[in-house]
Amino acid sequence: MSLQVQIHKKLGAFTLDVAFEARTDGPEILGLLGASGCGKSYTLKCIAGIETPDSGRIVLDGVTLFDSEQHIDLPPQKRQVGYLFQSYALFPNMTVRQNILCGLHREKDKAVREQELRRVLDMLQLEGLENRRPHQLSGGQAQRVALGRILVNKPRLLMLDEPFSALDSHLRDKLQLQLRQVLAEFGHTVLLVTHSRDEAYHLCRRIAVLEEGSLLTLKETKQLFADPGSVCAASLTGCKNIAAARKVGEYEVEVPAWGLRLQTAQPVGENIQAVGIRAHYFNPRTAQNRAPVEYLREMEEPFEWIVEFRWRDQAPDAAPLWWRVPKDRRPAQFPKEFGIAPVNVLLLYR
Amino acid sequence: MDWYPLWNSLRIAAISSVVVFFSGIFCAYYAARLPRVIKGVLDVVLTLPMVLPPTVCGYFLLLIFGAKRPLGAFLAQFGIKFVMTWYGGILASVVVAFPLMYRTARGAFESFDMNLAYSGQTLGLSNTWIFWRVRMPACRQGILAGAVLAFARALGEYGATSMLIGYTPGKTATISTTVYQLWRTNDEAGAFCWVLVNLGISAVVLLAVNLLEDRQKKAVKR
Repeated sequence: MSLQVQIHKKLGAFTLDVAFEARTDGPEILGLLGASGCGKSYTLKCIAGIETPDSGRIVLDGVTLFDSEQHIDLPPQKRQVGYLFQSYALFPNMTVRQNILCGLHREKDKAVREQELRRVLDMLQLEGLENRRPHQLSGGQAQRVALGRILVNKPRLLMLDEPFSALDSHLRDKLQLQLRQVLAEFGHTVLLVTHSRDEAYHLCRRIAVLEEGSLLTLKETKQLFADPGSVCAASLTGCKNIAAARKVGEYEVEVPAWGLRLQTAQPVGENIQAVGIRAHYFNPRTAQNRAPVEYLREMEEPFEWIVEFRWRDQAPDAAPLWWRVPKDRRPAQFPKEFGIAPVNVLLLYR
Repeated sequence: MDWYPLWNSLRIAAISSVVVFFSGIFCAYYAARLPRVIKGVLDVVLTLPMVLPPTVCGYFLLLIFGAKRPLGAFLAQFGIKFVMTWYGGILASVVVAFPLMYRTARGAFESFDMNLAYSGQTLGLSNTWIFWRVRMPACRQGILAGAVLAFARALGEYGATSMLIGYTPGKTATISTTVYQLWRTNDEAGAFCWVLVNLGISAVVLLAVNLLEDRQKKAVKR
């Protein structure tokens, strides 16, 4: 059982070209990570049948949903694909109860409908809200109602489009924990579109990175963060310090903007474009890749300091670097030198 | 006093409102999905009667439905005659009131959040169900406003009506043509009486609209 997607669509100057595959028999959550306007929501809309690609093929569990060559284009009603919209799209003129019953319209038996409604209200902690209207719900409640409406519809695939972007940040982590549990019970594949690396990291087992309409990589989450492989994936996964680099040895690169040569843990490929170093990975006590630094300025966060600095031999027009350090590990004096463990030098190829 | 103009005006306005209500919504719904160029052309054609002087609309109606014109002659074979008949007034009112319904309904449809329709589709709900149970309720404010405007316009129609059906007491007389006819024949008291009737109807319509809006605001407490 699987989902195969291969989509080609031209939208003015923008071209969407995406192909990937995901298993659908296990409770896998596959993330689509990309900047705004990279085509990730559009991809979901093509799978749901709301938008039509110019060409390509979409197959879900052996059923062809779309095939430009065979002229197959099932309407959204026949695709059995659940779609949680960013705005949740609850019907404003209906109560919570009526909204969820909309998802149960195929079930003719009234008793079964009532039973399913109760089950989902209980599972999503929505008891007592049955008679509220969408505008009387909090963001988190509205999200759960929308999810409930989809789950009772028994889709074979669930797609979530930036599910947390409409919520206050202090609610997000809590709701992500709740959602993870609900999705595990769902038991089918989930596609999660997001531009937030935290969301992707919290929820997804694998992540596909999209850049300007094309799929860059599809990797296990941990592996993607450890080795993003491209400039776009590195910055989407939160890498703050990226600079152009060229190969000078089997395990050595030169970074002209920083005036540095860095030892790497992996062999350097011929087509290396840049290196990235995460803000947490500068360490005054590391012996390798040491170089003198100059303090520029700093910004305080609740539990960390962000310090902006430059290498002493850095090119004058190069952007300053970021160092993040937990408050309890910050030295009294700004260090004179930083080192970087070779394993923390990310090699970026695109 | 002969109450025929009141009865005639009300039935013309009521029937043409119903016709305009459905045809306006239908056209607005499909126009909102058309490609830009076709939509622009259609928009001009459908809105023209609102901008043209009503007498010009009446002139065009006579050109099309006059007894000696092809279409008029064709319809006359089936006993349908729009010139100088009371139901010709329906035709005139429909043509003049249609743009009001069409434009307000289209504005409402265009501001409708399409994600509501999409989410319904992905849940397997039919497009007809979504239209009547989601889109129409969401747009009801604009559609109601359009219907009221269309009814008021149909009730007050004078120009195209007088061109097409003229004024025959007890046959094609409406309130507005009666007011003019009585004034012209120096029956000032009679004209004033019909003006009062007209004011009364307008006040009732506006009151009904306000009540409806109030009820809606109470139902949707924000």
